[in-house]
Amino acid sequence: MENVESKTGNEAVISIRGLYKSFGEEPILKDINLDVFKGENMVVLGRSGAGKSVLIKILIGMLPPDKGVIKVLGQQVDKLSGKELDALRLRIGFSFQSSALYDSMSVRQNLEFPLIMNLKDMSKADIKQSVDEVLDAVGLTEKIDEMPSDLSGGQRKRIGIARTLILKPEVMLYDEPTSGLDPVTCEEINELINEVQQKYNTTSIIITHDLTCAKETGDRVAMLLDGQFFKVGKFEEIFASDNEKIRSFFNYNFIQ
Amino acid sequence: MKNSRQHKKVFTKALDAYFAGVYKAYKFVARFFKEAFRPPFHVGEIINQCYVIGVKSLPLIALTGFITGIVFTKQSRPSLSEFGATSWLPSLISIAIVRALASLITALICAGKVGSSIGAELGSMKVTEQIDAMEVSAINPFKYLVVTRVIAATITVPVLGLFCGFVALMGSYFNVHSIEAVSLVSFFKNGFATITFLDVGSALVKSTVFGFTIGIIGTYKGYNAVKGTRGVGQAANEAVVLAMFLIFVEEIVIVQMANWIRYF
Repeated sequence: MENVESKTGNEAVISIRGLYKSFGEEPILKDINLDVFKGENMVVLGRSGAGKSVLIKILIGMLPPDKGVIKVLGQQVDKLSGKELDALRLRIGFSFQSSALYDSMSVRQNLEFPLIMNLKDMSKADIKQSVDEVLDAVGLTEKIDEMPSDLSGGQRKRIGIARTLILKPEVMLYDEPTSGLDPVTCEEINELINEVQQKYNTTSIIITHDLTCAKETGDRVAMLLDGQFFKVGKFEEIFASDNEKIRSFFNYNFIQ
Repeated sequence: MKNSRQHKKVFTKALDAYFAGVYKAYKFVARFFKEAFRPPFHVGEIINQCYVIGVKSLPLIALTGFITGIVFTKQSRPSLSEFGATSWLPSLISIAIVRALASLITALICAGKVGSSIGAELGSMKVTEQIDAMEVSAINPFKYLVVTRVIAATITVPVLGLFCGFVALMGSYFNVHSIEAVSLVSFFKNGFATITFLDVGSALVKSTVFGFTIGIIGTYKGYNAVKGTRGVGQAANEAVVLAMFLIFVEEIVIVQMANWIRYF
């Protein structure tokens, strides 16, 4: 594992030290170390089942680590009380692989729900303005009154991202943002991730096995293989690696 | 690295799984009572669930209750007429409906309709990560989804039980009136002459316990659905089967307790 240091000298927004996680006898993550700095898009690249999603679920406190120190926005996630964790989660956006839209609610209700539940003193006018703003940011203003079942896969992903943006997060965690989408829609999602980074100045971790997504969205890429980061660096550096495991991953993806 | 939280095998694998399941269910119920009395109370969602559970079940409860009243009266008449005691019909029917049938029929219908619906809805939300999405948005999904539904079922099922009892008695009157010239007032007067406060009270207690059972089993099965669409179907199915089984067990226990009080 390579040492990771700040490119800009600024403080790490996400800091992982010596993270271990296993399920039963099977180790998933082994001695993971990573720093992600403010405003940076960090791509975690790896095969399915490599533990990428487990990593971001630990970051948001959905899974406890077996060992290690995980700090997000300066707070050690596994040491927080329920209320403190909720307060931290309001500063983190999580975009699910399946979009996870509430299918009994319309797009508008999906977007309003986190605001109504968390910011109880917010006026109806402010809620409407926030909804319009994030829908505009993801380019789906006309879908406001539709149900999730009426949306395409790409539109669902966009609305899922809009729902996380509505709470104005400082950190974004994307779980396989382009999986199951056609190449053109993948391209649109990649652009959206970059737009979110620029417009909202978010620090992001993007979990993917899609090389195009990694190349287009990642300021840096961390290659997760066999539960460990093999290499962290620019996409081109990783791509140029002559490590056999990394090469086989890249070759397989190109054949795909 | 070995998982520190890995459990040691104590008995056989099946027994271990059984006790682990019982402990998990106990923790779920304990969490319900812990969360139910803490703000926020999501009153709007409780009212919404009361509407979904209660109002939408009214036609089915009404139809079943009315038919039960008619059929039970039709079946009882020949036996009573053998002894020349058809005038006892209103009393007999009232006792049967108020003490047992209304609450039991309502609970069984709700276990099938409401329990399966809650199990499938929450199971589907679980496998499509909608429950996780609430959690990462700092919304307590247990409180919003489980507590509200269990409270709504606990409030609504007794009300539906009363309604079912009334409709069943109307069905019975409809049958009696088609054969004998008995007025509605006379029918109800005769019927309620033998009904005591304990009968109505124990029926309400039963319905409340049944409502809680339907809600907690449905939410437990749905909330803990395993991944995949098969898990959703399984959650809905198990919610119905287990709730119905427990309803019969509770019926025996509460009837026995009511009898102890009655003859004490």
